Amino acid sequence: MDNFLNPKLYAKDVEQLPTRNGYGDGLVLAAEKDVNVVGLCADLTGSVCMLAFAKKFPERFIQVGVAEQNMASVAAGLAVEGKIPFFASYAVFSPGRSWDQIRVNGCYNNANIKVVGAHAGISVGPDGATHQALEDIAIMRVLPNMIVIVPCDALETKKATLAAAAHKGPVYLRLTREKTPIMTTEQTPFVIGKASVYREGTDITIVGCGPLLYEALIAAEQLKGKVSVEVINCPTIKPMDTETILASVKKTKVVVTVEEHQITGGLGGAICELLSEQYPIPVIRVGMPDSFGESGNPDELLTKYGMKAGDIVRAVQKALSLKH
Amino acid sequence: MKQYSLQQLEIKANEIRQSIITMLLEAKSGHSAGPLGMVEIFTALYFSILRHDPKNPLLPERDRLVLSHGHICPVLYATLAHAGYFPIEELLTLRKLNTRLQGHPHRGSVPGIENTSGPLGQGLSQAIGMALAARFDKKKHTIYCLTSDGEQNEGQIWEAVMLAGKYKIDNLTAFLDRNNIQIDGNTEDIMPLESLRAKYEAFNWHVIEIDGHNFQQIIDACNTAKAIVEKPVMIIAHTIPGKGVDFMEYKYEWHGKPPNKEEAALALAQLQKAHG
Repeated sequence: MDNFLNPKLYAKDVEQLPTRNGYGDGLVLAAEKDVNVVGLCADLTGSVCMLAFAKKFPERFIQVGVAEQNMASVAAGLAVEGKIPFFASYAVFSPGRSWDQIRVNGCYNNANIKVVGAHAGISVGPDGATHQALEDIAIMRVLPNMIVIVPCDALETKKATLAAAAHKGPVYLRLTREKTPIMTTEQTPFVIGKASVYREGTDITIVGCGPLLYEALIAAEQLKGKVSVEVINCPTIKPMDTETILASVKKTKVVVTVEEHQITGGLGGAICELLSEQYPIPVIRVGMPDSFGESGNPDELLTKYGMKAGDIVRAVQKALSLKH
Repeated sequence: MKQYSLQQLEIKANEIRQSIITMLLEAKSGHSAGPLGMVEIFTALYFSILRHDPKNPLLPERDRLVLSHGHICPVLYATLAHAGYFPIEELLTLRKLNTRLQGHPHRGSVPGIENTSGPLGQGLSQAIGMALAARFDKKKHTIYCLTSDGEQNEGQIWEAVMLAGKYKIDNLTAFLDRNNIQIDGNTEDIMPLESLRAKYEAFNWHVIEIDGHNFQQIIDACNTAKAIVEKPVMIIAHTIPGKGVDFMEYKYEWHGKPPNKEEAALALAQLQKAHG
């Protein structure tokens, strides 16, 4: 297991990159592999890291202007004609304001669209609550046919982008703005629908997704010697890797979930739905507590709203007190 | 493809109108005025203008027809059935459980349906996507998109109109069903739209205005559209909602309801009388 994690994972100088960079790299690779890959953007080409794609494949890049609803439907039209459209904006705008188009033109048609929501989570920071997507996993996860992927670092995002291009059907890919630690390596496998145990333990299971997985790993490190924590990276929220999750919780019998999203409707919600039906045990959810964010720097915000390693440690202690 | 004379198109249109009345009566719900007002345009497209093959509905070089205002699907279904895409008897399953003829059209349900629609204002965008795909692949087919006047209220329409103008999408020919009604009343009372011609021209579209019940004008407009380069074409078709049934014509009250048994009998009698 260790061989597919970054050897510098717990070091102070762990490499850091934004997950959106992985999307930019992955999209160019996907487009080199398949001439049908096309890109659309709504006036945020630099922010969503699509400049390299637009420069290398200008004839396959469509600039729609600030028009996210149109972008989603145009993408669906391209998809039904055999193209593989990746369309990106900030997650608050797409899928935030194009949900109906994604639902009807994308998912109901089972069109091969790739929705890319960048700058998700509260760690967008100073732009404030309007720009902090904390509901996007919920509104995408509820759609039939939709795959929902929340990669943990830039390397996983690159692989997820390639996997999304190869998958036939609608995919939502969630990206973040800030530089965050590289937890995986080029060799770490990524398969849609697969979760991976990144740290083995026997007392409690932490299931995380996105860059906050790092905080979960740090929390586990801090608890070393006191609590044996199993940490699972669950980048595919839908379909959930029930096999990996259930195998872990049958051993530990208590769960903490960690995500940069509302605690309702996202990863935590999905885990609760799974466990309440198949293996009822206590679950404590770390995430946004039914609240909007605000301006601030990313670290201040994650601290104020309770999503740092210390908060995860406290959640673990609370969860253990509920363990039967 | 068989060439239909104008007189043969008139007869076909009358048959399609009768099918619309019959299927709406059987379904006991659905829209009457819009479908009846668009019969000539659908008939002209499927029996004269479109390159298509009902026996090979996925023919790669077929022209695509994207219906944006899906609620007028009774006319789409009836025309597809009369063109040979599926049995005419199946029209009686409209809106019933397990039917292929959903209340709003769904791509993949019956052959010949290119897009799912219902939520207004999305078809033009999808048509642009299909037109861009054809351009990428250097294909020569035309994308036809049918829109309503009521759905011009949707912001997404204007997002799409800007994009088509920007990319000079000349393999796209759109129709705007200018029947002047929407659910709550007359369009100019609900949300004034005029001047539609000036609006589209301002966005770098070529605009043609026609009588949407005149086959020669519909066919001529589509031929003109083929010759327009570097611009998308909008054919504003002036139509009469409820056309062919005197008590439905021009009445917004018939936008969203089906005829009852007596009304259907009266409507069918009028239509049968019109074409013997």
